[in-house]
Amino acid sequence: MTVSLIVNGQRRTVSATPDTPLLYVLRDDLELNAAKYGCGLGQCGACTVHLDGKAVFSCLTPIGATQERQVTTLEGLGTQAQPGILQQAFIDEQAAQCGYCIAGMIMRAQSLLDRNPAPSDAEIRRHMQPNLCRCGTHHRIIRAIKRASAVLGSQNGKGDAS
Amino acid sequence: MMPSNALTTTRRNFLGGAGLLVAFSLAGLSSARAAATGEAEPEGVGASSALPDDLQPFPYLDAWIRIDPAGRAQVFTGKVELGQGIMTALLQVAAEELDMPPHLVSIVTGDTARTPDEGLTAASHSMQYGGTALRLAAANVRMLLQRAAAPMLDTDEAGLETTGEGTIRAPDGRSIGYGAVAATLSLHVQAQADVPLRQPATFRTMGKSLPRLDIPGKVTGAVSFIQDMRLPGMLHARVIRAPAEGMTLTLPSRTEIEAMPGLYAFVQDGDFAAVVCEREWDAVRIMRQLLAGQSKRKNGAIPTGTIADILKALPAQDYPIEKVAHPTAAATTRLSARYARPWYSHGSIGPSCAIAEMKGGELTIWSHSQGIFDVRRVAANLLDLSEDKVHAIHVQGAGCYGQNGADDVAADAALIAHALPGRPVRLQWMREQEFGWEPLGAGMVTEVVAELDADNRIVTWNYDVWSPPHNTRPTSANGVLAGWEVTHAFPPPENVPIPMPAGDGSRNSNPLYALPNMDVNFHFIPKGPFRSSAMRSLGAHLNVFSIESMFDELANAAGIDPLTLRLDHMSEPRARAVMMAGAEAFGWQTRRPKGKFHGYGMGFARYKNLGAYCCVFLEISVEPNTGFITVQRARAAVDCGEVVNPDGVRNQVEGGLIQSLSWCTREAITHDAERRTSFDWSSYPILRFADVPVEIDVDVLPRLGEPFLGVAEASQGPTSAALANALADATGVRFREMPLSPEKLRRALIAL
Ligand code: FES
Ligand code: FES
Repeated sequence: MTVSLIVNGQRRTVSATPDTPLLYVLRDDLELNAAKYGCGLGQCGACTVHLDGKAVFSCLTPIGATQERQVTTLEGLGTQAQPGILQQAFIDEQAAQCGYCIAGMIMRAQSLLDRNPAPSDAEIRRHMQPNLCRCGTHHRIIRAIKRASAVLGSQNGKGDAS
Repeated sequence: MMPSNALTTTRRNFLGGAGLLVAFSLAGLSSARAAATGEAEPEGVGASSALPDDLQPFPYLDAWIRIDPAGRAQVFTGKVELGQGIMTALLQVAAEELDMPPHLVSIVTGDTARTPDEGLTAASHSMQYGGTALRLAAANVRMLLQRAAAPMLDTDEAGLETTGEGTIRAPDGRSIGYGAVAATLSLHVQAQADVPLRQPATFRTMGKSLPRLDIPGKVTGAVSFIQDMRLPGMLHARVIRAPAEGMTLTLPSRTEIEAMPGLYAFVQDGDFAAVVCEREWDAVRIMRQLLAGQSKRKNGAIPTGTIADILKALPAQDYPIEKVAHPTAAATTRLSARYARPWYSHGSIGPSCAIAEMKGGELTIWSHSQGIFDVRRVAANLLDLSEDKVHAIHVQGAGCYGQNGADDVAADAALIAHALPGRPVRLQWMREQEFGWEPLGAGMVTEVVAELDADNRIVTWNYDVWSPPHNTRPTSANGVLAGWEVTHAFPPPENVPIPMPAGDGSRNSNPLYALPNMDVNFHFIPKGPFRSSAMRSLGAHLNVFSIESMFDELANAAGIDPLTLRLDHMSEPRARAVMMAGAEAFGWQTRRPKGKFHGYGMGFARYKNLGAYCCVFLEISVEPNTGFITVQRARAAVDCGEVVNPDGVRNQVEGGLIQSLSWCTREAITHDAERRTSFDWSSYPILRFADVPVEIDVDVLPRLGEPFLGVAEASQGPTSAALANALADATGVRFREMPLSPEKLRRALIAL
């Protein structure tokens, strides 16, 4: 079937069998690298992207269900030249070892900050629970999320003052 | 597109410039040498050469470093990035000794056509051996540049100094760039051992936390991993294997398979089978259809029972490790205990992947293996190609922590590509294939008998450890799955243990403590019930767990502080310093019990008794109704010699600590008589965000001027031991068989 969807703000049209997971379309057809195959089972979060603003496992999302929907991947948050706030926070905290989980981590965390720019530690941990990191980078990831939250807070603060 | 963090300058481009256009020859390594640079400690050649081990086979400087006319340095290392940050740390070492800004230095890692063969990137050797070699090579280059600059500046060499900016300055202020000097100079000269190194007081790059080179790409979706590589015309393959090692799968007829829609090719050779498609999802879909066939166990049943039951029933070879006998006072207290750990999965978040392409009789393999030169040896042997027809290139994968499926998948991809010349083939294992077929971290058992005299001195220490292999890394086709499956199969070799001092199951079985009587024996089980090979810290994990648990059991029996008992038996000053620094930072001496089910524990080891020193302190609480442990505070102190990148060291120790807590409290490969039954993250749970310590701190002891000591594996043993000790402190119950899982704890604690 032909599916038309909006990926990182751009309309993309792909042809794939409807059961093809969004993950494979993103990686193979749209040549977006960030979302990773980790388990294909919804157990690790390496494939996390946003579908209509919500964090989903792209390995479990059939492309047939994405017609006309908005998909955001890590690439949609910024670039190396101009990283987004959360991406920059991950760089500042050096929040990666191998980094294979990190794209999924950032997308999962972004969905929290979108809804709650000032989460507590407990909220961060609870929210990040679906995503696995084997390298043990958890603390740096939590610190990066808090750093981004602080940046968002100071930006909002400025916004209020002006 | 090639990964962006591998180096952008290709060799052709690089040599296209003027500058140091020199022959680039890399002598082949004998397999003995290759083995020596693996998990074991290199033997060196003693007095005949004072060069560092990794420089000896490649003494020519241009094998390590080149400088282009623009004054940029390119550094070549046989070591590879595994997520441990080694690429950044090695670049810092080179930049420091060249005395150049890091941004003018680039690094090429593991590539059989371009870099020295430094054996495996494993065993925490990369800084200790790779870093030391590169450092001396860079110091040699700096000296040569300085020497060649003297006539160019028309001055005496003695007055010249490097500026840190890639220039050399004369006393009168005139200066010349490295590029201009390098253009007049050949680096095809042998390294000298006695070249002065830069001194810590003037370090500009070493000792600083240079941000990792690869992180910006990884957080923005650049091509960072082998999984991300896309080559023109690339096909997608999936191997077809039974659910787990030791089983066979019945496949439909070839005609039936070849009629499946979406299939490009079906590749079969003996028991090896793979489907190849234009589209990845088609390959997955067809693979799943084929897996619906019947599978059954090939040979005898997997024994069941406790780990001790299983292991002690298997044939073993006995190796004495340590025997010390001194007269002592009479023993007044005698304790004996048995400790065990199950089989573990490496659990890489990204299943293993490789790309291979056969073109014009030559095979190229991209792989995330820890031994890229072995990938070449294996493929050449498997496909009966000469080694010079096989080019293997390292590209990063997900963290591996030892020998996961990387080497197997590389051989699989080579076999498939060889059958389909002209197009690159990408093969990624599925999650369940990684769990079912990768070599595991070996299950182990130890038994300890220890005695104290009336003065709380340990007077007897009898120790036995049983373990299957921790090192079955392939150096030819007989070490990979595909080699065992093809029609003209390569039967697996006899497994042999790694000799001490590194050891494998015996690693760290000889306590670093000064004990007057020791009888330590290793019972090597050449064939365990599962495939097993290197996993972070090898046997040191259980050996340190056992030794450090027994120390706490003894301290408890004697009614003295566990730290006191350790210090009373430790004479190595650096070991004592690490324990005391950690204790101080943690507040060990002032710790107070905070009620029932709350406690403190510590664990110490010097990895391999040769590497980094690490002491871990934990404060925990336990919820008896659920068996859940919360680590309130974790504090590690480490001494890894001269520190190149402090943040990199902290990252590794912190990561190792969390991983060790996961092994210790959650993980075990489950199995029945037929197969491994752990095949996903619900049948093999690991720690998640809710379970990691509330606080972690790592203190890195400054050891300016000391040799580098690898740190990546140092916290594995001490952390698991500290957890068991804290648990005993919190509950009064001693747990000796890992995993100390919530279920196990709940059952034991509910009775209290
Ligand atoms: S790959 Fe989607 S959750 Fe693991
Ligand atoms: S950084 Fe390696 S899995 Fe998270």
